[in-house]
Amino acid sequence: MGRLRTIAAKLRHVFAGPLRERDFDEEARAHIALLAERFTRQGMTPEAARNEARRQFGNATCLKETRHEMQTFAWIERLWQDLRHGARLLRMNPVFSAVAIASLALGIGANTAIFQLLDTVRLRTLPVRNPHELAQIKIVGGNKGMGVNNQYGDLTRPMWEELRQRQQAFSGIFAWGVNGDSVGSGSQLENVNGFYVTGNLFQVLGVPAWRGRLVIPEDEHACPATTAVVSYAYWQTRMGGRELDPNTKLLIDGQLMQVTGVTPPTFLGLVVGDRFDIVLPFCEPKELARNVFDVTVMGRLRPGVSLPGATAELAALSPGIMAATEITGYNADTVARYRRLRLAAYAAGAGVSSLREEYNSSLWLLLGVTGLVLLIACANLANLILARASAREREFGVRLALGASRGRLLGQLFAESALLAAAGAGAGIGIAQLVSRALVWSISTESNTVLLPMAVDWRVLAFAAAITTLTCLVFGAIPALRAAGLQPLSALRSGGRGMTASRERFSLQRSLVVTQIAVSLVLLVGALLFVRSFHNLMTFNPGMREEGVTAAFIGFQQSNIPRGRYLQFEQQLVDEVHAVPGVLSAATTTNPPLVGGSWTHGIRIGTAQGAWTKFTWVGPEYFSTMGIPVVRGRGLSPSDTTDSARVAVVNETFVRQYTGGANPIGMAMQTGQEPGYPSTVYTIVGVIPDSKYACLRCGTPPMTFAPASQFPALHPWTAILIHSNLPPEVIASRVKRRLAEKHPEMAAQLNSFQAMIRDGLVRDRLMATLSGLFGLLAALLAMAGLYGVVSYMAARRRNEIGIRIALGAGRSQVIGMVMREAAWMVAAGVVAGTVLALLAGRAAETLLFDLKPYDVPTLAAAGGLLTGIAVLASFLPARRASRLDPMQALRCD
Amino acid sequence: MSKEETKGQKKADILQGTLDLMVLKTLDALGPLHGYGIARRIEQISDSVLQLNEGTVYTALLRLEQQGWIKSEWGASENNRRARFYSISPSGRKQLARETQEWERMAGVIGRLLQVRR
Repeated sequence: MGRLRTIAAKLRHVFAGPLRERDFDEEARAHIALLAERFTRQGMTPEAARNEARRQFGNATCLKETRHEMQTFAWIERLWQDLRHGARLLRMNPVFSAVAIASLALGIGANTAIFQLLDTVRLRTLPVRNPHELAQIKIVGGNKGMGVNNQYGDLTRPMWEELRQRQQAFSGIFAWGVNGDSVGSGSQLENVNGFYVTGNLFQVLGVPAWRGRLVIPEDEHACPATTAVVSYAYWQTRMGGRELDPNTKLLIDGQLMQVTGVTPPTFLGLVVGDRFDIVLPFCEPKELARNVFDVTVMGRLRPGVSLPGATAELAALSPGIMAATEITGYNADTVARYRRLRLAAYAAGAGVSSLREEYNSSLWLLLGVTGLVLLIACANLANLILARASAREREFGVRLALGASRGRLLGQLFAESALLAAAGAGAGIGIAQLVSRALVWSISTESNTVLLPMAVDWRVLAFAAAITTLTCLVFGAIPALRAAGLQPLSALRSGGRGMTASRERFSLQRSLVVTQIAVSLVLLVGALLFVRSFHNLMTFNPGMREEGVTAAFIGFQQSNIPRGRYLQFEQQLVDEVHAVPGVLSAATTTNPPLVGGSWTHGIRIGTAQGAWTKFTWVGPEYFSTMGIPVVRGRGLSPSDTTDSARVAVVNETFVRQYTGGANPIGMAMQTGQEPGYPSTVYTIVGVIPDSKYACLRCGTPPMTFAPASQFPALHPWTAILIHSNLPPEVIASRVKRRLAEKHPEMAAQLNSFQAMIRDGLVRDRLMATLSGLFGLLAALLAMAGLYGVVSYMAARRRNEIGIRIALGAGRSQVIGMVMREAAWMVAAGVVAGTVLALLAGRAAETLLFDLKPYDVPTLAAAGGLLTGIAVLASFLPARRASRLDPMQALRCD
Repeated sequence: MSKEETKGQKKADILQGTLDLMVLKTLDALGPLHGYGIARRIEQISDSVLQLNEGTVYTALLRLEQQGWIKSEWGASENNRRARFYSISPSGRKQLARETQEWERMAGVIGRLLQVRR
């Protein structure tokens, strides 16, 4: 109550203040005059009376100060003073300020950037109505590679139809899928990302149309679909942002469709990091494939229904749904497995993302790394400020002696730290913007542009602010507390005069430096591990040719080729490619290696149980194109035709696993039946060495190669691998031109095989680059810290060193003395760091390729590197100390 | 510095926090007064025993005014000088009653304590 009244009075004083103080002056004058009159009446001389009156009134200046304190918010004034004083000091020490602010900015900036990316990929929710109510329905444990799987495909269309009818837990349920589509025709053909949705998707999500209308349930009719919706970005860039009318049409996959609407700019689809260009409604084909898992099902939970509640309902419904949608054309084993599948609901408010799965552990690890960098930056700052505070002991002593309170000194030091932290955070947010743009750019590849909305939001700001405040408190508190414990007299007396500085004085600085070295060793080890792992991946021999190979992806849906002539047409394409000058060999394949695709068949061979193999149908020149030797038997040849005996070439893993290493030539294997792939008996005619299959990191599975001419499931698209000695761009443009001349209506995309593989290593490149940068940054910061502390300790021992030199100590002795100090700090740091690195290594284990986290050469290299720079960092101040002029050192003081 | 011998009598420092009470009581008993008048009254009542830097009266007045216990306005003093007159407010009277009671209770406790023998 009383306090509130005081504050109110102070606030009133802000406006009426100066007037009131003039009043007081007048009152005081009148008071003194009255007193003096009284004393005169009592018989004093006027002069003595005036003096006595003043004495009795007391110190007017002191009174006015008290009144000022009482009537104003003095602490604000003091804070402002402290801040101004701090700013002046920072300006006076530009090097100190620059180092401090830069290390803070880098630490905070890197942290904010990584957090921003993590936030976008991992934490941010979809821009739809009540995203927390959204759930995704998935098969518990996935379908384990059953049937045909599309990206983001969890369920089959028949499953979705059953779910739609049976479920009760959701107030609205919808399905969607993604697909690559084309817009336009011939040379104007453009590949776009298609987003396939059920008619109720936008209504359930609560996404309004930006223009026209979005997909509605009536759009879901018999195939083909006749209407489409475009994304805001596509509308702006490809359609010029022109208003839609009933004649706005696009030729999508050869079908003229009316564009009915535009989605809002904020809606980027349900896949985080992917964009869509066009939205197409589901259409109903004559028969729904039961083995194609290509839709994602999501729903909005009914009020009062929880995720476990929905899961319980789905578990109860599952047996019925599976029975009704049973896959056909598979063996009894697979069907039985299918019937046992169970559905469950998972939170989906943040959308689905392969980015999330792929980068999750990397991003958390990077956040940990940047956290450590920030820790080092803070330790550095603490050290700098400690050293400075010690150098300012005399100043503090003087101020204490003049009557400054300890609280005032603490406030002063805190204000300085706060200024640094604020400046560092400000610069850090700027750096964060640059770094996060660079991060997004670096995880984008030629074929897959990652689009993430990376605006600074309040959460990122709060995060940065929290780090800053914490930093400020941590590094402001230590020197401030220590300075406040000073005895003014001793500080004045000993100002820079100590013979040898006492050990305890430095124990904090020493331990900070040891910590810095230990943590930066951990980061260096991590950096080296990731760099070496990336190097391993880049130089890894996948068992086939990477360089000089170009992949052509060709779709000839628009060429009006009857199904019976697909094979002939593909052969014609290969011949045309062959005729291009510079092409050495070319072969079709149903599944280009190392770019993620996969095709598996269950087989029966000998007595092996549950045998399976990867299956690829390739042209006769495949092995020579890919530089894969045939180690036993024969390769595939043009004489293996549609009508000749079914033959296959297998790899060594196949032989090891299924024939026990015995010669497989002439052995028969039978594939299990699958829709479009009747059960077939192949005779093994050759063996090739092991090579990688789907990705560099994946193990080598049993693999089988059969002639393309014997491929049972013909479709109007193919991939041709081309070997040439010419640069990939040259051969790609030549082939592309040739194909466009002959078949203007055909869609063809050409990529360098090596570039495609490297695109798959984006995560590794990201980890190697970033951890390398951070490791280096950490080492630099730690060295700056070591340099600072060693120079400071040498400076404090000036007198001692001066005496030693005067008494005949040689330069090398002085250098040795100073460096011994540094040596044990480095040694302690390296030992502690090694232990920490071994412990931390486990977190990185799964991200490493062909490398163990306790890799001795890496540890040795990191330790050696760090020791090397440490020697340099301590040698410079040591040499300076050894050049001391003894007379000057002893005299000056 | 604060100790001074006059008329062979030792002057006492004012007990912390009691000046506010004295000023309040003075204004209650004598009605509107200026600072000089308050100082004279305290001097008279205490029989010059209290050592008072008279300027501190104004600090007490400011404190009381900030709490809303007294009001002030300009007026003419007895010898026709301009002077600021302070008067107690209703909430000041209540505060005075509270403080008086508290003071008496405290004084009683201390008095009893000092009277106890063995």
